[in-house]
Amino acid sequence: MRAFLRQLVPAFLMLAVFTVITGVVYPLVVTAVGQAAFKDKADGSLLKVDGVIVGSTLIGQTFAEPKYFHPRPSNAGKGYDGYASSGTNLGPTNPVLIDAVKQRVIDYRTENNLPATLPVPVDAVTSSASGLDPEISVANADLQAQRVATTRNLPLETVQKLITSNTVGRSLGMLNEPGVNVLTLNVALDQAK
Amino acid sequence: MSGSSLFFILALCAALAITVPPLGAYLAQVYDTTEGAKAPGDRVFRPIERLIYRLTRVDEKREQRWSTYTISLLAFSLMSLLAVYLFQRFQTHLPFNPTSATAVNPAGAFNVAVSFMTNTNWQWYSGEVAMSHLTQMVGLTVQNFVSAGAGMAVLVALIRGISRRGQRTLGNFWVDMTRSIVRVLIPLSLIFAVVLISRGVIQNFHGATTAHTIEGATQSIPGGPVASQEAIKQIGSNGGGFFNANSAHPFENPDGWSNFIELWAILAIPFGFALAYGRMVGDRRQGKLLITVMIVMWAAFSGVAVLAEGNGNPRLATVGVDQSISTTQAGGNMEGKDVRFGPAECGTWAGATTGTSNGSVNCMHDSFTPLGGLSTLSHMMLGEVSPGGLGVGLMGLLIHALLAVFIAGLMVGRTPEYLGKKVQAAEMKLVTIYILMMPIALLVFAAASVMLKSAQASILNPGAHGLSEVLYAYASAANNNGSAFAGLNAGTQWYTITQGIAMLIGRFGLIIPALAIGGSFVRKQRVPETSGTFPTHTALYGVLVLGVVVIVAGLTFFPALALGPIVEHLSL
Amino acid sequence: MTATLTPESEEHSSAAGKNTKKSASLFDPSIVKGATWDALKKLDPRTMVRNPVMFVVEIGSVLTTVLFFQHLHDSSGDVNKFSGLVAAWLWFTVLFANFAEAMAEGRGKAQAAALRKTRADTTARVRQPDGTIIEKSSALLAVGDLCVVTAGEVIPGDGDIVEGIATVDESAITGESAPVIRESGGDRSAVTGGTRVLSDEVVVSISAKPGESFLDRMIALVEGSSRQKTPNEIALSILLAGLTIIFLLAVVTLQPFAAYSSAHQPIIVLVALLVCLIPTTIGGLLSAIGIAGMDRLVQRNVLAMSGRAVEAAGDVSTLLLDKTGTITYGSRQAAEFLPVHGVTEAELAEAALASSLADETPEGRSIVVFAMDRYGVAKTTDRDAVMVPFTAQTRMSGMDFSNGRQVRKGATDSVKRYCAELGGEVPLELTPITDSVSRDGATPLVVIDQTPGNKPRILGVIRLKDTVKPGMTERFDQLRAMGIRTIMITGDNPLTAAAIAKEAGVDDFLAEATPEDKMALIKREQEGGKLVAMTGDGTNDAPALAQADVGVAMNTGTQAAKEAGNMVDLDSNPTKLIEIVEIGKQLLITRGALTTFSIANDVAKYFAIIPAMFSGVIPVLNDLNIMHLHSPRSAILAAVIFNALIIIALVPLALRGVKFVAEAAGAVLRRNLLIYGLGGIIAPFIGIKVIDLIIVALGVK
Repeated sequence: MRAFLRQLVPAFLMLAVFTVITGVVYPLVVTAVGQAAFKDKADGSLLKVDGVIVGSTLIGQTFAEPKYFHPRPSNAGKGYDGYASSGTNLGPTNPVLIDAVKQRVIDYRTENNLPATLPVPVDAVTSSASGLDPEISVANADLQAQRVATTRNLPLETVQKLITSNTVGRSLGMLNEPGVNVLTLNVALDQAK
Repeated sequence: MSGSSLFFILALCAALAITVPPLGAYLAQVYDTTEGAKAPGDRVFRPIERLIYRLTRVDEKREQRWSTYTISLLAFSLMSLLAVYLFQRFQTHLPFNPTSATAVNPAGAFNVAVSFMTNTNWQWYSGEVAMSHLTQMVGLTVQNFVSAGAGMAVLVALIRGISRRGQRTLGNFWVDMTRSIVRVLIPLSLIFAVVLISRGVIQNFHGATTAHTIEGATQSIPGGPVASQEAIKQIGSNGGGFFNANSAHPFENPDGWSNFIELWAILAIPFGFALAYGRMVGDRRQGKLLITVMIVMWAAFSGVAVLAEGNGNPRLATVGVDQSISTTQAGGNMEGKDVRFGPAECGTWAGATTGTSNGSVNCMHDSFTPLGGLSTLSHMMLGEVSPGGLGVGLMGLLIHALLAVFIAGLMVGRTPEYLGKKVQAAEMKLVTIYILMMPIALLVFAAASVMLKSAQASILNPGAHGLSEVLYAYASAANNNGSAFAGLNAGTQWYTITQGIAMLIGRFGLIIPALAIGGSFVRKQRVPETSGTFPTHTALYGVLVLGVVVIVAGLTFFPALALGPIVEHLSL
Repeated sequence: MTATLTPESEEHSSAAGKNTKKSASLFDPSIVKGATWDALKKLDPRTMVRNPVMFVVEIGSVLTTVLFFQHLHDSSGDVNKFSGLVAAWLWFTVLFANFAEAMAEGRGKAQAAALRKTRADTTARVRQPDGTIIEKSSALLAVGDLCVVTAGEVIPGDGDIVEGIATVDESAITGESAPVIRESGGDRSAVTGGTRVLSDEVVVSISAKPGESFLDRMIALVEGSSRQKTPNEIALSILLAGLTIIFLLAVVTLQPFAAYSSAHQPIIVLVALLVCLIPTTIGGLLSAIGIAGMDRLVQRNVLAMSGRAVEAAGDVSTLLLDKTGTITYGSRQAAEFLPVHGVTEAELAEAALASSLADETPEGRSIVVFAMDRYGVAKTTDRDAVMVPFTAQTRMSGMDFSNGRQVRKGATDSVKRYCAELGGEVPLELTPITDSVSRDGATPLVVIDQTPGNKPRILGVIRLKDTVKPGMTERFDQLRAMGIRTIMITGDNPLTAAAIAKEAGVDDFLAEATPEDKMALIKREQEGGKLVAMTGDGTNDAPALAQADVGVAMNTGTQAAKEAGNMVDLDSNPTKLIEIVEIGKQLLITRGALTTFSIANDVAKYFAIIPAMFSGVIPVLNDLNIMHLHSPRSAILAAVIFNALIIIALVPLALRGVKFVAEAAGAVLRRNLLIYGLGGIIAPFIGIKVIDLIIVALGVK
C-alpha cells in the first residue's frame, strides 16, 4: 500500500503533464495547422448558396419534395439530425426491419412509378450507419431520375448528366464505393433551372 | 466481392507490408533503454522527455521490478479514472462547452472513465450530445494517448522479462509510457490528424452551425476538435468516436481515402509490435512467426465478414430488394452501412477493429448478417490477438504462445521452454489466470444480463440476435474492444456498472498476470538451445499457437455462440 | 530412418531378460482384481478432491443420481432410462479413472510385497566396543552399530563393510542371481539390508536407521506411497484445473442463455455436457502416468529418489558417460597373446584357454573363444581336470589337471604373488609387456603354468582390449538428434581417449579425469544453463553425483555415492543413463499427448451434445448434428459413454507410455500432434457415432 501511495505522486504529475501536452497543446496545434491549411474542410465542408449555408457536402439532409432526389432512410433523430448520428441497429432477422423495408420498397416503387416486381436498390430502402449518409447509389439515383425530370420538366438526359457530375467515383479506382451526393445534386438541379 | 473491392484489400495489405517492417524496427529502437542506445529522432525527443521527467520527478535510470511496475500502472490508471470521472461530472462548470452538455450521471461517468482509462472506449452515450469539448479534449483524448501508452509499456516490460536473463527489473513504467507517447503516438497522430483534415474531417471549436436547407428546413451541423481525436483514436487502438456513429460519421471518416488510412492506422502499430518483438528478443524469426499467426486470423475473420456482408440478407431479397453487386451499387447488406463504404470496406474494417481491440466502427455491427456478426463477435472472443490492441494484443498472443509451448514442450519430452526460459508451474498458474479472466467477465455478466428482466429490457432485437447483442456487449468490454451491437441500450445502471467492471477485469485481470510472468521470467537463466529444444519459429509452432488460440476460445464460447449468431444464421 | 530406442536394442541381453522377469504383464489378473476394489475405495471424496477434474465428475455423478431417484416417479420410462444411464456412466467415468490409478499402483504394490518379504526382522549380532557380541533385533539397530554377518545370514541393515570380504546374493533387490563381491575399503564396500552373505564373514557398519533403509525407500517408491507430484505434473494440473473452471463457466452460463432462448435444459444434460468437456481423459490418467513412469524405471532396475529427478532426466542436455563399461565393454575382450621369451604363442594360448574355462565372465569367455578361433586350440580332454573358479581372495581362475599340472591366469600382481609363493621367478620382460599393454588403455592378464616337480613358469600376457560396444555410434547419433551432448569420461591418457572417443562417436571427452575434473566439467556445463546427467560409483564421485542434475549411482558403489545421487541403478549398468533419459522424456510426452488428445476430443463432443440439447426447441440447430446421431438422448449418452470408455481404452497407453522415438524436437512434435491432436479431433467423431449405433440397436431411443 505504501508503494502504491508513493507512485501516486508521479502518477498525478504524469497525468497533468500529458493532459497539457496531449489534451491542450496537441489539439491546438492540429487546429492551427488544419485551419491554416484546410480551413473549409476543418470547418465542415459547408456549402453556401447565395451566401447562405445550406448544409455540409459531407452530411446528408432530408429531401421530401418530388423535385429533389431523396436520400436514404435515416435514423438520425427524426431524420438527418446533425446531432443524433445513428443507425437503426436492427438485426437482419428483426421483423421490424423486414416489415419496414417491405413498406419502403412499396413506397419507393409507387413514388417513382416503377413496376411492382422491379427489385429496388438496397440502399434506397435501408438506413445508413451514420444516419447522415450524404450519398445514394448510382442505381438508386437512376431510378429516381425520371421522377425528378418529370416533376421539373427537365429532359431526362440533363438530370442524368447531373447525376454523373455529382457522382463521387472510386478514388484510385478501388477506394470507396461510387455514390451520388444528394445535396450537391439537388443544389445543381435548382441551379440548372 | 467486386474486383475493385479485392484491389482495395490488396492495396491495404501492400501498404501494411511496406510500412510495418520499418515501423517494427523503429519501435524496437524506441524501447531500447540500454546505456548509450540511440534511437531515431533523439535530438527532438530527448529534450522533451527530459523535461517531462524533470517535471514529474521521475528518475529515468531507475528500473522497477514487476511489482513496482504494476503499481505504477495501477496508480496512474486510478488517477486517470478520477480525472475523467470528474471532468464529466463537472463539465457544466468548466469551459469549452458550446453545446451545454449536462453533467453525466455517476454510473455513466464511471463507465466512461473506466472505458477510456482501459483503452476500451466503449460508449453508451452519444458523444456529440453528452460530452463538452473540454471533456473530449482533456478527458477523453488524453486517455486515448496515455491508455495506449500504458498498454505499450506493459508489453515492453513482458518482452524484457523474456529477453533479459538473471535480472530483477523490467524497466521503468514512466519511461516506457513516456517514450511510447512522445516518440510514437504524438508524432504519428500529428501527421495523421492533418491528413484527415485534408479529407474533410473537421477540426474547430465551434458549436453547432445552423444550415438553412434548400427545402426550407434547418439543420444543425456539429463542430468540434474531431480530427485530433480521430487520429489518436485509430493510432492508439482506442476507437471511441467523437460522434455517436463513430467512424461511420462523415465528419470522422469522410471518404475512401480517410477510410483507407484509418484502417492502416488501426492495424500498423499492432502488427509492427510483432516485428519489434523479434528484434527485441534478438531473434527476428520469432516476430515473423507471431505476425504470421496474427495475419492468418485477421485475414480469415475479415474475409468471412466481407463475404457475408457482400452476400446480403436473404430475408430482404424476399421483399423485393436488389442486393446484387454491380457497377451502379455496392450491393450486399446495406442496412447500417453508408453508401461510400459498402460491404467490402465495412467487412474489412470490422475485421480490423475487432481483431485489434480498436472498437471503432464504420458501419453498424448490430445490423450485420448473422455470419458477419459471428465473425466480429468471435474475433473478439479470441482475446484480441489478431493483431490485438497496442501492446496488449501481442501480450495476449505471447501468453497463448506460452500455453502452446507448454503443451508442445510436454509432447517433445522436455520441461517446456520459451526462448530458453523454462515454463513451469509458477508461470502456468499465471497463464491460467490470464486465460480465465476474459471468459469469466464475459460469460458471467452476459448470463446475468439475460436472466434479469430489467437488463433484458435493454435488448433491441428479438430472439437469437438479442442474445448476440448481450454477448457482444460483454465480449467488447471484457476484451477492451469498445465496439458494440449498438442496439442494446447500455446506458442503464446495470450495464454501465457491469460493463465497467468487465472492462476493469479485461484490462487489469490480464495485465497483472502478464507482468507477473515477465517478473518471473526475468530472473531465469536461458537454457541453451539444442536440437532437443522445440523451435518456436517454425510453421508447426505457428499452427500450434493458432490452434491454441482458436480452440481455447472455441471451446469456451461455442455453446453461447450456437444460441446466438449460429442459430440466427441457420434460421435464415 | 529413425530407430527406436527400446530396451530390446540394449546390448546387455542379461539385463533385458531380467526386466521381463520382474515386470508383470500389463493386465495381470491379480492386479486387475485388486485395482477394481481400490477403484471403489478411491471414491472417497477426501481422496477424490486431490484430483479436481475427477472430483467434479464425482459431484456430477452424485447430482445426477440424486436427480434420477427424485424424478423416478414423475418421469416417463424413456426419461428415467436415460437419466439412469447417464448417472451410471458418469460413475463409470470416475471408476475408470480410479481404476487406471489403482492399476498403476497395483503393479508397484506387487513388487513392494515381494520386497517386503526380504525385510522381515532378522537378528543382528552386534559387536560391542569391548569385542563382545550381543544379539539385537534388526529393527533396533542404530547408525554406527558394527554387525557381524557370516555366510548364510541376512545382512540386517544398510551399511559399509569395515572388515572382511564376502560374496553377497543381492537378488532380492536387483533380481540378478549371480552373487557379487563386497569387501571392506575401496568402492565396493556398500551392502544393502535384506541381502544375504553367501561366503565368508564380514563386519558391517550400519549407516541407515531402521525404517529409512534403502529397502524401505524402495518399497515406498514402488508402492507410490511417497510419490509427490513432479514440477511439470503440478504445472499441468494447474492448467487442467483452469480448463475445468472455464468449462464449468461455459456450462453454468449456458443455462441462462438457453432459458433466454426458451430452451431451458434439464440439469442432468448440463452435467453430462460438463463432464464430457472437462479434460477427464488426462485428468483421469494423470497420476497413473506418473506412477507408471516411475514403475518403468523400477522395471529397468533403477530407483529414482524423486519424480523430479525423472523429469530432469528428460531435460538433460549433457550426458557424462564413463568410458569403461558404458561406451566400451567393461568386460574387455582378448585381443592378443604376448608370450615371454621362450614360450610359443600356441603354448600360451593353450594355457590361457585352460585357465579360462572356469571363468564365466565375458573376459574369460572371450579368451576361450579367441584361443580356439585364432590358434585352433581345443578344450582339454582330461575328464578329471578340476576347474578352479575365480575367488575374491585369489583373484585368479584356472584349472588343476589330473596329472597335477596347474594353470592359472589373473591380474599381474596376483599372479606375481602366486608365482613367488610357489618359488617361481618372474621373467624380467614381463613388466615391460604388461606396462605397454596398460599404456594403450588395454588390460594385461598374466598366465602361469606349473607342472608337478617344476618351478612355476609365467608363460606370458593376455592382452584384453577395450572394445567399443556395437551400436554405440548410432546411439550417440540419436542422442545428438535429441539435442543431448555426450562427453566421455576416462582415466586414459588424452591420446587413447581421443582414439576411443572418435571410434565411439561421442561429442567430447575428458581424459585423465580426476573427480575434481569431473566436478569442474559439470559446473561449467551447468553455468551455461545445461542439465547434466552422470553415473558414478566411488566415494570420490559423490560430490559430482550430488552436483549433477541427474546423478545415477551404481548399486555396487559406495554408500556415499548412493546417498549423493538421485537415482540408483541396481544393475550397475552405466549405459542405463540413456534409458533413464528416454523414460524421463517418455513420461512428459505421454502427459502432453493425452492432454492434447483430451482437449481435441471436445470438438466432436460439442457437435454431439449441442444440437442434441437444443434441436427440440430450435430445430435449425439440428444442422450441427453432422454425425447424424439418432436422437438427442442417444447423442448425449453416446458422448458420455465415449468419454468414459476412452479412459479405459487409454489405460495401456498411460501405463506403457507413448512410444518414444529419438528424433529432433520438431519431428517428435509433428508426429505427436498428428496422432494425438488431429487423431484426437477425429477419433471421437467415429467413436461417438459407433456407440450411438450400438446403443440405439440396444434399445435407447
